Amino acid sequence: MRYLPKSDTERGQMLDTLGLDSIEQLYSHLPPDLLLKRPLNLPAGKSEYEIVDYFRARGDENAVGYASFLGAGVYHHYRPVMVDVVVSRGEFLTSYTPYQAEMAQGTLMTIFEFQTMICQLTGMDVANASMYDGSTAVPEAAMMARRVTGRDKVLVARTVHPEYRMVLDTYSRYEGAPVAEIGYDSESGTLDFAALEGKLDGETAAVIIQSPNFFGCIEDWRRAAALAHAEGALLVYVFTEAVSLGLLEPPRDADIVVGELQSFAHPPSYGGPFAGIMATREKFIRQLPGRLAGETRDSNGNRAFCLTLSTREQHIRREKATSNICTNQALIALMATVFLSVYGKQGLRELAGQNLSKAHYLADGLKPRFTAPFFNEFAVRANSRSPEEVNAELLKQKIIGGLPLGRFYPELSGCLLLCATEMSKRPAMDAVKKAIA
Amino acid sequence: MPGKVRSHINQNESLLFERSSPGKKGYQLPDLDVPAVDPAAALGAENTRREIEDFPEVSEVEVIRHFSRLSTWNYGIDLGLFPLGSCTMKYNPRVNELVARTEGLAWAHPYQPPEVAQGAMEVMAQLEAALAEITGMDAVTLEPAAGAHGELTGVLMIRAMLESRGNPRRKIIIPDSAHGTNPATAAIAGYGVANLKSNDKGVIDLEALSRMVDEDIAALMVTNPNTLGVFEEEIAKVTALMHSRGALVYMDGANMNALVGITRPGDFGVDVMHLNLHKTFSTPHGGGGPGAGAVAVKSHLEPFLPAPRLTRLDGRWNWNWNRPQSIGKVRAFYGNFGVLVRALAYIMAHGGPGLRQATLDALLNANYIRKGLEPYYDLPYQNPSMHECVFSDDRQAKRGVRTMDIAKRLIDYGFHPYTVAFPLIVRGALMIEPTETEGKQELDQFIEAMVNIAKEVENDPLFVLKAPYDTRTSRVDEVAAARKPVLRWKREDAGPAD
Repeated sequence: MRYLPKSDTERGQMLDTLGLDSIEQLYSHLPPDLLLKRPLNLPAGKSEYEIVDYFRARGDENAVGYASFLGAGVYHHYRPVMVDVVVSRGEFLTSYTPYQAEMAQGTLMTIFEFQTMICQLTGMDVANASMYDGSTAVPEAAMMARRVTGRDKVLVARTVHPEYRMVLDTYSRYEGAPVAEIGYDSESGTLDFAALEGKLDGETAAVIIQSPNFFGCIEDWRRAAALAHAEGALLVYVFTEAVSLGLLEPPRDADIVVGELQSFAHPPSYGGPFAGIMATREKFIRQLPGRLAGETRDSNGNRAFCLTLSTREQHIRREKATSNICTNQALIALMATVFLSVYGKQGLRELAGQNLSKAHYLADGLKPRFTAPFFNEFAVRANSRSPEEVNAELLKQKIIGGLPLGRFYPELSGCLLLCATEMSKRPAMDAVKKAIA
Repeated sequence: MPGKVRSHINQNESLLFERSSPGKKGYQLPDLDVPAVDPAAALGAENTRREIEDFPEVSEVEVIRHFSRLSTWNYGIDLGLFPLGSCTMKYNPRVNELVARTEGLAWAHPYQPPEVAQGAMEVMAQLEAALAEITGMDAVTLEPAAGAHGELTGVLMIRAMLESRGNPRRKIIIPDSAHGTNPATAAIAGYGVANLKSNDKGVIDLEALSRMVDEDIAALMVTNPNTLGVFEEEIAKVTALMHSRGALVYMDGANMNALVGITRPGDFGVDVMHLNLHKTFSTPHGGGGPGAGAVAVKSHLEPFLPAPRLTRLDGRWNWNWNRPQSIGKVRAFYGNFGVLVRALAYIMAHGGPGLRQATLDALLNANYIRKGLEPYYDLPYQNPSMHECVFSDDRQAKRGVRTMDIAKRLIDYGFHPYTVAFPLIVRGALMIEPTETEGKQELDQFIEAMVNIAKEVENDPLFVLKAPYDTRTSRVDEVAAARKPVLRWKREDAGPAD
């Protein structure tokens, strides 16, 4: 086996040192009836070439070379070459969580930069070193809001990503914490404020909204925050399309911002691994879950970084921790940090602008289902045909169409959710328009 | 033979924000092939930000120098032994990185129609089957994002199953040697924690356990081998006892690297377990993630697995969402797919015999280190070691030197420290897991370094207390960091924070 560095001679020398005759003696103390008495039923080990060939063949069974107009929480954005150059360095790729600060200053400083950039993008004071993904960051935000307010009930907009809401349900059900949904205005495609006012009360820990929401529409977070705060509840702002932060006014009135970073340099990768963020106000720092890197000094007085405030965490607090979360998504967060360094202050804005322009070109001539302003995706009703029929026709032209919304919103069963990014090309967009119009 | 390290020139580097200057660019976007849209007109002026305050502006050359310089301040498996106990820091095969970037896999969208996602689904199905065979379990979900997330998934399933029988029960028994995630997970799943004290051999006390298990107990969370690296030899009796009282057994699979090909949790009575694919199955830790926490179950828990499930119909894969007893979703989409690709590539490269040989080498390495260090460090539990060994700093503490100090000194010898002060049942623990990745030479150098440090502690303990000496960053003041947290950069002339 080529990943094992020892020769049989070396093994023999080591066994001699241990006074053993065979390597099997190392587990001879295990109860014999528990031992596996046959080889594992797995194919023989494969060469590197066979492995590369196998996965290339599996990749070819997917949609290689297709244009795609799917968004819905996962976006096609160009990945600058620099991203893989950096994350392929073994010193980043093969390192561990930076508990030993003196040997991990590289990782720690990049996390510190990441936390800073997330604060700058979201308008928050403090951000953690990342969460598993956007979907799991939502229940973590709900739990945090419950800790901060001492209340149980959570209100979540139906325009929050449906799978994020499913995850929130799973976590909340077993905590015995009620979750109620707030509908959307069927004309604008944004939060139904009358419904929100009706359900908000002194028992509410948090109001959770997403912007751009699942339909791509921009929500009025100022109004949602004012309503939530009037009842002593927190406003949790969720995003799935991180590129929108380049153009959209940050949700400065929110109390907790969570979201998905996939757009910043991670390919769609059939749904993961991604990275979530969580940012909040200074006064809630001690209720924040997950890792935090902080600046300090070393014994020579030089600037240094280390993980900090770990008394919130499971390895210290055990069942009293803020969360059971252990790993963060450091390498994905590093990808995002490199991506944001490459684009920078002007580039991210320009990139977001291109997304906005492409999506509006795609929508031009179609009739978007909702009236609210949108960023790079929108719902549209297909003329006289079902979304599935439209998609089937597009697939023949090597185009993956939009997400049929009926799957998550039965009342929108005639609608598609279409997304355009800087990678969408005009001929493919024209083909989509033709298929729908 | 030369020692492991010699110091060399190491570049200084500022934060990106300090390198930034207005007008620098590291990017160029293609010309727009559609009319440009005015953001304020399309989004509303109140929704459009004027600028991203203080966001960096740097050139491409500065980007690569910045991150390359920072990388040299790090340590990774690619540089040598990384003996963190319970973390299984093994070699991360580079071909896995290549195949995870295969275009048709990396660029597959989770909502693309099944007819153009068969390859991705096949990869997941193959991995599920391989993990079921390795663990001796009946079904596997690949949805959880990490080990602790897998724990939560497993405990929620236990809860759902007991609920379906009429009573979810109230508490979960967790040995005092367990990882901190175990009790944290139980709490999040709505369970109280009943703490089980290990016996004088550091393993589960069957009689004490028997006294604890009543109708309030939902499950036992057990790590096997436990965090001492010791196999729970009475595990079959433990699982039988739990089952006889209507409770279940969850196994934390963090230490599965000691068992692959030798014995299977499914064959000793475990009902549900997670696997850390970033430990046993070699996917990179990447400085803290991403990982993946596959969960394997026996058939009686299968109906409760997270949705959706892969199903095969007429020779094609599909996602089945019709799972009425499922605990629901624990994350969006289907799992950390890119990590799953790497794990399957690892399994394919080894094959059955290769996986078993890896386990044997991991056992050999741990026992070789134990033998080399036993004369110098106190070994509080004498049971046979599996894939890791745990010493205590008892002898060194008498000279005022604790496990963390020894760890810091080890850095000067060119090694990443072992796991410090865990498990909690050992006072001043040094928890060492070499994995199968190390050859004899690297192990001999490690043993030599540890022996030297033990001698330094005898001769000049104060010297060890101030280590490390040869790193660019000397001992970091973690107390100051926590007392007055600085968690982000701010422009110095930006005025007081609100």
